[in-house]
Amino acid sequence: MLGVTLQYTWPSILIFATSALLILVGAIGVITLANPVHAALSLIMTLFGVAVAFVAQSADFLAAVQIIVYAGAIVVLFLFVIMFLGVDRRDSVTVDPLVGQRVFAAVGVLITVAGLITLMARSHWVTGAMSVSTHGHALTTGSQNVKQLGTAIFTTYLFAFEATAALLIIAVVGAVMLARRERVPNPEEIDV
Amino acid sequence: MSSLLSSVDPLFAHGVPFAVVLIILIKVLVGFGALMGAVTLMIWFERKAISDMQSRIGPQRWGPFGMFQTLADGLKLILKEDLVPEQADRFVFKLAPYLVVVPALITFSIVPIGGTLDIAGHQVMLQIANPPMGILLMLAMSGVSVYGVMLAGWSSGSKYPLLSSVRASAQMISYEAALGMTIVTIVLATGSLSTHNIVDAQSGGIWHWNLIRLGIIPFVVFIIAITAELNRPPFDVVEGESELVGGFHTEYSSIRFGLFYLAEFMNTITMSAIIVTLFLGGPAGWVPSVAHLRWVFPIVWFLAKTVTFAFCYVWFRAALPRFRYDQLMDMGWKKLIPLSLGWVLIVAGFLIRPAWGFLMVAVVLLAWILLTRAFDLGYTRERGDESVLRTVGRRPLPGEVLRATTDEEE
Repeated sequence: MLGVTLQYTWPSILIFATSALLILVGAIGVITLANPVHAALSLIMTLFGVAVAFVAQSADFLAAVQIIVYAGAIVVLFLFVIMFLGVDRRDSVTVDPLVGQRVFAAVGVLITVAGLITLMARSHWVTGAMSVSTHGHALTTGSQNVKQLGTAIFTTYLFAFEATAALLIIAVVGAVMLARRERVPNPEEIDV
Repeated sequence: MSSLLSSVDPLFAHGVPFAVVLIILIKVLVGFGALMGAVTLMIWFERKAISDMQSRIGPQRWGPFGMFQTLADGLKLILKEDLVPEQADRFVFKLAPYLVVVPALITFSIVPIGGTLDIAGHQVMLQIANPPMGILLMLAMSGVSVYGVMLAGWSSGSKYPLLSSVRASAQMISYEAALGMTIVTIVLATGSLSTHNIVDAQSGGIWHWNLIRLGIIPFVVFIIAITAELNRPPFDVVEGESELVGGFHTEYSSIRFGLFYLAEFMNTITMSAIIVTLFLGGPAGWVPSVAHLRWVFPIVWFLAKTVTFAFCYVWFRAALPRFRYDQLMDMGWKKLIPLSLGWVLIVAGFLIRPAWGFLMVAVVLLAWILLTRAFDLGYTRERGDESVLRTVGRRPLPGEVLRATTDEEE
């Protein structure tokens, strides 16, 4: 389906096992660890595992971007917020902040799993795309695939790319608008 | 698989036999040893140079000109008691120093320090690795080293280190954007991410160096941003002694503190080498036709250029006072990021054809005028004549600014 015959050699199996272990242990850590900073660290571990998997698939650019954007910026911001709020507060798990959130969570999980199974059955099981080619040619490996990726994004998928960019800008503007609420603050509330 | 590897490094042209594995191991060990040796010398060099600039003598007791002082200090640090504070998060506290050291080591692996050697029929590149992601590895690693600083400060369970780690995360993320933009300029001009190709593209003489070819602006932005990324003076607000005791490593002692210290100097050397690679053609330079020794000259050129920049860092530290934190943020967000972004547009335009280049210059100038107007407007609202809040003597606290702006609008 990929256009190349996959060879399973011992090194590739070892690399896959390592990355899978990193991803799974990290993912389980994110939801089980009580301390939010430790959970964020687990998340970084998962992201690194995914980056290793990307490198094993010769998607070097994606691996680098995975680390730079997700580990280098997004989780740093998570930690930033966690540090500001403090990690001493422990949330009680017996009281639901939202009414009926458990039911909704179960429904959400069911929809996600059903979606994944449909994707696996109907298209390429890794990417979810119907095919992973650009203009009918499969992506080459090595340093050339950065160029192919760039060409694909800025020609075939230009609209999707620009739409995503606009969406992110809208999100930033929205966040700024929400954060800049016009109100007269109570002097006691100001925490400088 | 082998075609993929050999497209990256000619060493893998005949698969991966034992000899190749051995060569790689030797490269890694030599690289590690050289970096460690360079760190010892760098610490001595910095102390000695700063002493000269401040009319002091500096280290002089141990070895010729006090060169072994670093070794003595290292030994002392190893033998000291290793303390973990009561309030510390023990696991993260112990993890953090390694999160700083390991990225510093890995970044050095992509620096080309010479040309290509023929050893026993194998073509060996004089750089530890040449991954297809190339220079992005440096950005990724500097992203990881943020965690080391941040988590060290947080896990200490103490107020000043926490402030320092908050500063560190904000500072390093802000300057990473400008850093990335200048690297985009270089990658645009080179057409490849690999450091080997970046150096290759600059090999045709001094006019082909990115320093000149791309205009001086990316170089200036890069050197400022990388200094901020290193947390070195004048951007050392993270460990500002006069404000935060010692910053994120206040609570660290013994070899854990030593690792932070080591990483800082390792990063200084590596980033000097990265500047040389990206802007000064790396090992490019005049090579006389001496038989069997031609491969030595590129290495000498590389070392000479790197030492020049290492000296520049020492010079910055001796000559420049520390930035105030808000000045640092203003510089990063309001000056460097717009400047580097505009320069990417201009360079991209000129790469297509000159007409596009001049159009982009016009666009960037227009954007610059608008941006200056916006900053002026913001300044007047916050602190100018029209502001309700006239600053007398001191800068207003954030709460006061908020009150003043909201009152004014009602």
